[in-house]
Amino acid sequence: MSESRELTCEKFGKLMTIIGAVVAVLGAILILVKNSIKNSGGLTGFWKDIYDLPWFIFLLGCGIIIFGALKWRRYLGDKTSTMDTSAKAAKTFLLNNGIILALVVMVIVIAIKENRFMQGRVLVDILAQASPRMIIALGICFTLLIAGTDLSACRMVSLAAVISASMLQNPEYPNRFFPDLPYLPVIVPIVLAIAVCMLFGLLNGFLVAKFDMHPFIATLAVQVIIYGACSLYFDLPPNNSQPIGGIRADFTLLGQKRFFQEALPAINGIPILIPIALLFVIAIWFVLNKTVFGKNVYAIGGNREAAVVSGINVFKTILCIFVLASALYGVGGVLEAARTAGATNNYGVGYELDAIAACVVGGVSLNGGVGKVSGIIIGVLIFTIIQYGLQFIGISAMWQQVIKGIIIAIAVALDLSKYRRK
Amino acid sequence: MSEYVLEMNGISKFFPGVKALDGVTLKVRRGSVHALMGENGAGKSTLMKCLFGIYHEDEGEIILDGKKQSINSSKMALDLGVSMIHQELHPISFRPVMENIWLGRFPMIKGIAVDHKKMYQMTKDLFQKIDLDINPAVLAGTLSASQLQLVEIAKAVSYNSKIIIMDEPTSSLTDNEVEHLFKIIEQLKSEGRSIIYISHKMEEILKISDEVTIMRDGTYVGTWPASELTTDLIINRMVGRDMTNRFPPKTYQTSTETIMEVRNLTATDPRSFKDVTFDLHKGEILGLGGLVGAQRTELVEAIFGLRGIASGTITIHGKPYQAKNVEEAKKYKIGLLTEERRATGIFGVLSITDNTIIASEKKFASGGILDNKKRRNIAAEENKKLNTKTPTMETLIQNLSGGNQQKVLFARWLLTTPDILILDEPTRGIDVGAKYEIYTIMQSLAAEGKAIIMISSEMPELLGMSDRVMVMSDGHLAGILNKEQADQVEVMRLATAYL
Repeated sequence: MSESRELTCEKFGKLMTIIGAVVAVLGAILILVKNSIKNSGGLTGFWKDIYDLPWFIFLLGCGIIIFGALKWRRYLGDKTSTMDTSAKAAKTFLLNNGIILALVVMVIVIAIKENRFMQGRVLVDILAQASPRMIIALGICFTLLIAGTDLSACRMVSLAAVISASMLQNPEYPNRFFPDLPYLPVIVPIVLAIAVCMLFGLLNGFLVAKFDMHPFIATLAVQVIIYGACSLYFDLPPNNSQPIGGIRADFTLLGQKRFFQEALPAINGIPILIPIALLFVIAIWFVLNKTVFGKNVYAIGGNREAAVVSGINVFKTILCIFVLASALYGVGGVLEAARTAGATNNYGVGYELDAIAACVVGGVSLNGGVGKVSGIIIGVLIFTIIQYGLQFIGISAMWQQVIKGIIIAIAVALDLSKYRRK
Repeated sequence: MSEYVLEMNGISKFFPGVKALDGVTLKVRRGSVHALMGENGAGKSTLMKCLFGIYHEDEGEIILDGKKQSINSSKMALDLGVSMIHQELHPISFRPVMENIWLGRFPMIKGIAVDHKKMYQMTKDLFQKIDLDINPAVLAGTLSASQLQLVEIAKAVSYNSKIIIMDEPTSSLTDNEVEHLFKIIEQLKSEGRSIIYISHKMEEILKISDEVTIMRDGTYVGTWPASELTTDLIINRMVGRDMTNRFPPKTYQTSTETIMEVRNLTATDPRSFKDVTFDLHKGEILGLGGLVGAQRTELVEAIFGLRGIASGTITIHGKPYQAKNVEEAKKYKIGLLTEERRATGIFGVLSITDNTIIASEKKFASGGILDNKKRRNIAAEENKKLNTKTPTMETLIQNLSGGNQQKVLFARWLLTTPDILILDEPTRGIDVGAKYEIYTIMQSLAAEGKAIIMISSEMPELLGMSDRVMVMSDGHLAGILNKEQADQVEVMRLATAYL
């Protein structure tokens, strides 16, 4: 590091804050200009084609300000800490954030090809679609952090969906699962559905912790059991394996309600799924970073033998991991049922692999001990944005699969090259 | 033909933020044993990794047999006649010994099928040549650590290389096996091969090597004929300071108050320790000596709740004690630093803070929720007391040298405020300077009244540090010696008593 290139973190933070402010102001000016044109007689040409781009520029600017301010604040106490600005450090930065940069490029390409992509309501749609996946990915990340996996996630989603939906049908609906069921408070079937999932999670954890079974095979066995059990339940007379419908409105609200519909007509309000997912993101971040349990999870994943020798109760921790994970799948299943106002025993198929892929793309190591909530958010968003974006520009579902696979491979290759030194 | 088979000139290697090697020179003569010495972190392993193609040097040249080479892979190094015995063994446990040896170059029948018969015979011949009595067809996982080490040596020999790098080859060998290794080395020398020998054990180096190159902090200090060197001279040049004494002077008084009584302790495993009886006093360092396989580690792990006990009793502070797991052992204020730092000690991918706090998280939490600020401060404070050298508390522990990792583990266990601290080979693979610091820490703990059990296979350490020396032999307690009675001869006599 040469003297002249040395840049203190404080300076860097200031610089970023200023850049952010400039971008935000630029966005704000564009918003104002656009609004005035709109008011003075309708939008045409360029001003129409950029849709909500000014707003996105404004938000991006705010984001940079926050990033810069954080950087600034963190090192305020230590004036001497410096940023490495050498070419090598820049290369490392590109490598570390390669997948995000690729995503940005992709979004720009999609936005150029189809200007309508630059709309607030598209963003809200994407976030809403990502929400249930996010909750499931948060569950599965615990099992990945201990160098395990969980294949039963998908079936737990369908189980929770079927159980909760079966007890929350309209009394007038002719095809009720339990024709004589009294009117239950909406919370009862939800808690019941999640509790049943947690029981199966306990079984997962027991097999793994007690018999030292590899999570792959333990959860595979449990997955098959759940599917069978769920199908049996689904096949109970009088339902006989028909899709469950006629869901009560107070339940579907949980998946379909939109807040601020009147205040924000441009994006048709904020779907309830987004704050729900946000809540779980914060909760899981807290658990992983601020609790003894979270530290023990990282420790067991980092070096199980050393964890035993340090006096960590590995048995209990593994049980808790699988129970907590399945509770999250249960929540995901309940939300799916509410969102789609229905359920079958085939809900959630493939969700577990999507969730694992999202975690891995977000930097969770399959060798255990490494992974952050922020990474998982990015992983989930990448998959949702790409799927949504590709659909948006009319790429066929088959090609979408091909592209998705390529992204997984490239992302993981990039991630691993971080750790490899030569 | 030049007299040197290998010349490494001005080798430099950079890692992000660190200069691991800075213009290092190494010249190895044909048919000689060249010792490479330096503290941990001096860059010996990095230099050897450059030679073996695991890293590529950023500056400098490697000349093999008079020809300049750019070595890009281990395969290329092997093809050029360089083989290496690694410090950490990575056997494929569930495959036979012979497959471990010939992996990547199996003899074939017509290029289609692996010729197992020939492979068996080749292995048999190889073992015979170096006088090794191991069945080539048994699974590698069934061998002991020292047998594996010898197999690894055989593998290096099998490449017929001009240069064999041996990185700490004796760390898991008994004295007899070390003798065996030296015979193999003599034989290789007489065949005109050269050996680069890395070790921390001065006595070995002076005995076996022809020339010694010393490194310090990634730089080249110099090369001398072994005949001109003494242990003190080597240490001086390695640490760059005078080290008149390898052990700090004793400044504390041991008490006679008994903290733990062990009576007739016998393991569940019939091949392990049996009928062990001893007392542990407050404020003493009780050395635990013996040969590899004497079941010392098994004994302390049983006390710590990691292994089963069939019969016998333990009392701590007069109260009966038997731990089923480490949590219970911790309640009775026992701590254990394990022998295998990497395998069972550190959490490589976690930070120094996390590694320090992990055994005492509950002290920093209310209702399971952690006080991160307190964790960070206490971890920093504890590591500062022990003089752990680390860039920040967030640094991953795998990036520290062995000595500093060990200090973090000390900090981890000291935070559990133990009365009894068990140290299993506390200075294995640690350089001389850090060893001295570890000894100082041990003494100050004893001075605070903590009782320490120290397993050590290094005779000078065992004799230099212990207040009493307890010697085990094949699972039996062979005897307990006072400091005055303890000398090398007596310890060896006891260590072989039950063999």
